[in-house]
This record gives sequence, structure tokens and C-alpha cells, in this order.
Amino acid sequence: MRQEIIELLLLGIGETLYMTLVSTAAAYVLGVPLGVLVYITDSDRICENRVLNLITGVIINLVRSVPFLILLVALLPFTRWVAGTTIGSTATIVPLVVAAAPFVARLVESSLKEVDAGVIEAAKAMGSSPAQIIYKVLLPEAKPSLFVGSTIALATILGYSAMAGFVGGGGLGAVAINYGYYRYQTNVMLVTVILLVIIVQLFQEVGIRFVNKIDKRTKQ
Amino acid sequence: MIKFEHVSKEFISSKTRFLAVENVSFEVQKGDIYGIIGFSGAGKSTLVRCINLLEVPTIGNVYFDGVNLTKAGPRELRKYRQKMGMIFQQFNLLAQRTVLENICYPLEVAGVKKREAKERAEELLKLVGLEDKANAYPAQLSGGQKQRVAIARALATNPEVLLCDEATSALDPITTKSILELLKEINQKLGVTIVIITHEMGVVKQICNRVAVMSGGVIEEEGTVKDVFLNPKSETARKLILPAREKLLETGERRVLRIVFDGQSSFEPIIAQLVLETNTLVNILGADTENIGGRAYGQMLIEHQSDRAVMKKMKDFLRRKGIYFEEGGSQE
Ligand SMILES: Nc1ncnc2c1ncn2[C@@H]1O[C@H](COP(=O)(O)OP(=O)(O)O)[C@@H](O)[C@H]1O
Ligand SMILES: [Mg+2]
Repeated sequence: MRQEIIELLLLGIGETLYMTLVSTAAAYVLGVPLGVLVYITDSDRICENRVLNLITGVIINLVRSVPFLILLVALLPFTRWVAGTTIGSTATIVPLVVAAAPFVARLVESSLKEVDAGVIEAAKAMGSSPAQIIYKVLLPEAKPSLFVGSTIALATILGYSAMAGFVGGGGLGAVAINYGYYRYQTNVMLVTVILLVIIVQLFQEVGIRFVNKIDKRTKQ
Repeated sequence: MIKFEHVSKEFISSKTRFLAVENVSFEVQKGDIYGIIGFSGAGKSTLVRCINLLEVPTIGNVYFDGVNLTKAGPRELRKYRQKMGMIFQQFNLLAQRTVLENICYPLEVAGVKKREAKERAEELLKLVGLEDKANAYPAQLSGGQKQRVAIARALATNPEVLLCDEATSALDPITTKSILELLKEINQKLGVTIVIITHEMGVVKQICNRVAVMSGGVIEEEGTVKDVFLNPKSETARKLILPAREKLLETGERRVLRIVFDGQSSFEPIIAQLVLETNTLVNILGADTENIGGRAYGQMLIEHQSDRAVMKKMKDFLRRKGIYFEEGGSQE
């Protein structure tokens, strides 16, 4: 019995990490361009474009304003179409990415906003094209802040993945609902909570250490 | 080299309009160190940003080497910007790049090969005296060092012009002096034309040959530094040269003379001679003079209470000595 629970928890951890990491990576693939787009098209930025800015802004806000659990259910047909099923951790990655990409876009946008306007101005004065400013100035200068953002994204997506566990998503969320809730095994519930906290802490700790290492703004 | 033709820049937002630069025309010749001086908010930064079109003029034309930049397409404009270096008050270095990588940046933008860019960057580091800081990051440098890196970076693409927007305003006086000396050396050795924005008369005095005085978006006067300094015509120029003047004008009975030293021998005791010869006591209100190679430069404000006859004697004395002066206080 105990052995069984431990195996279950280990499997849960694996699934949770799998869902979280893959979803975060995919969310960044979509979110970074989206965040850059919404940033550069904003007023007084390098590619100011009202219409494009409005469209991307609305899309981001629309998806972000739908609570994840509702989005998850609403997306079921889409998930089935993409993944062939709606159950299991691989299928859960679909709604996770859809929900997380706009969130990541906002994180990226706010990181880019932190880049000193004077530095962008200097780059412009040196004859940089918008693409050169994005690849050689904005993203490299925002790199530490982008990584801080990614630890926030990881924690949030981990939280989403646990919710997905409630509707057949697998992972630690599923363990918590199936054993901790339906079978009243409070101790299992407690262990999953502790495990989730530890995973989030680990993400944060490793992330911050990494950022401190790569950020050149602090004197060594 | 740089020519402005009736340039105006108006900032228009949904609620307000603000005319930051109004109908400005001036010309910077090749080899000039051209100063643009004025108080904060005068429109100097806006004006200098119109030179490389970081700010697009609302009306008017900006010529660079005879080419009208306001008519240039984006690609063409970027090519011209590579011929104009720019440095800033806040240095604006890339914080995540080393000193060497910062200097390589404009070369990367211009499509120069990595190896070549690195060699050129090392050359420039030598020029600004920071060979040993190649692998440091900006956060590890002092303000003066950062500005030197910024200068090296601005010179990387061999620009014809260097634009400096308050480049020394964040630096202490000694560092300011060394940066200005470096700029002068760049002007003389490399033949780079320099435009300097500043609110400090000292900066203009130290290195510029021409100066434009700006206030309220308008150039109030323009000329050689010597002419403007010796005989300021606009109120702004007078205030910049003589910050305490307004107060002095209120002193009524007291007579104030502004004496300007323009390379007279600093060994000659001018003031003492003046006192002896005219037999009157003078009170030195303020002085801002420097001894450069045995010659005096700068100005002195003296106050006296003599009558017309003595006053005439004083003036004659100063004329004889070839010293410029100007009367303040109750003017006759
Ligand atoms: N982007 C802008 N939008 C609106 N007003 C501006 C903008 N940039 C500058 N100004 C205004 O133009 C005036 C001149 O500014 P600036 O050229 O920076 O002056 P200076 O460099 O001489 O201190 C100031 O009153 C400033 O508030
Ligand atoms: Mg300014």
C-alpha cells in the first residue's frame, strides 16, 4: 500500500514536471514573439503601429481574462483535435500552452519595458535596424529580467497543471484529487501539497541563482 | 557639413502641442567644435536629435554633407547615422556587453567582420586610454571611463561628426576637463566635426570655436565663442556668462564692470595697476579666471563707487591694456 502510493507520487512528480516544462517551453516559443510584437508596436516604441498593437493586446487580454479551468473545458474540442485525446498529461499541454502564452507575452513585454530607453536611442543613433535592435539590444539587455519572468511562468504553469489534474490531466494534481479528495486520504493530499511547494521553490531558487550569475549589471 | 534650414519641431499629443524647436537655421562647418548652449528645457536635446533625425522635424530641412536627411528613406538614413557618432549624458552603454563588445556593436550593425571589428575596437580602446578594461562590464567602470567607452563606440565607424548631448553633465569637474580634452584631441587628430550640447559656459569656453545660444526653442544668437563671450547680445547669453548679473543690476548706486581676460599676460598685476592709476578702490565681486600657459582667460566682476571722471580713467586704462570690459550696474 505505502509502496503503491510512493510510486504514484513519483509518477505524479514526473508527469507534473513533464507538463510544466514542455508547456512553458512551448508557451515561450509563442509568447516571446507575441510579447516583442506588443512591445515594439506600442506608442513611441521602435515599430509603433496602433492597429497591430491593439489586435495583439486584445488577443492577449481576452485569453488572460478567462479563468484557466473554464478555458480548459472550453478548449476540449480543440485539444482533441490537436492531441487526439483530452485525457492524460500530453493532452493537457495543449490548454496549458494556450493559457500560458499570453501570460508569457505580458511577462516578456514588461521585461522589455525595463530596458533603458537611452540605450535603445543610442542603438538607433548608431544606425541599427529594428531587427538589430530587437536581437542585439532588447532581448540581450532584458535577458536577466526575462529569466526572472520565466521562473514566475514556471510556477504559474505548474499551478495550472495541477488544476488540469482535476479533469483527467494527470500529475500531482490528479493524485491530490483522486486520493486526497475522493478517498479522504488527507496525508496523501498533504504530501502532494508539500511536493508542489518544493518544486516551485526549486524553480525559484535555481532561477534566481542563474540570473545573478548572468546579470552583468552587478559588480563582481 | 551640417545645415539646418528653418527647422521646427512640435510635439503633438492628443491634448497638448509643444513647440520645442522653432524656426532654427544654422550651419556647422567641417572641423568645427560647435557648442549649443542654453538652460534646461531650451530645446537643445530636441535640436541635436534633429541632426540625426532621432527626432523628425515637423517642418524644415536638415542637410548632412549636402544631402537632405528629411527626404531620406529609412535604409538610407541608417547609413547616414553610421557617419554620425553620438554620446549622451547617461552614457547609454549596453549593460550586458563587455567594453570591447560595446565598441564592436556599431561595427556589427555596419556589417563589419568579427575579427576586423575586434581589431578596430582594440585600436579605439587605446585611443581613449582604456586598453586594460576591454573585458570589464560597464557596471565596473567610473562615469568618466564609461564616457570614454561611449566615445570609442561612437567613433568605431569612423564618423564625420560626433554629437554630444550633455556628455559631461554627469561628471565631476576634473573628469569633465579630461573628457573635453579627449574630444578636442579627436577633433584635431581625426578631423571629426563635433557638436556639443551643454548648459555650462565653461564647456563652451574650453573647447568650442563657435556657439549658438538657445532659449525657448529659438537660437537667440550665434557666432564665434570669442565674440559671444566678449560681447553677449542676448539676455540668455548674458545670464549664462554672468549668472549673478540680474542681482547686480538691482544694486543701483554701485557701478559694476565686467572685465574679460582673453589671453593677456597673467604676470601683469592688472587690477593693482588699475587701482594705483585711477586712485580708486575696487571691490572684486567675483572672478572666474584661469591661468593657461602664463596667459589669463576668463572674467572678473569688479565694483566701484567712482564718478564719471574716474570711470573714464578706468576705461582708458583698460583700453590701453587691450582688455575687454563691459559696464553693468547703473548704465550711462
Ligand atoms: N517627446 C516629447 N514630447 C513632448 N514634449 C517634449 C518631448 N521631448 C521634449 N519635450 C519638451 O521640449 C522642451 C525641450 O526639451 P529638450 O530638448 O529636452 O530641452 P533641453 O535639452 O534644452 O533641456 C521641454 O520643455 C520638454 O518638456
Ligand atoms: Mg537636454
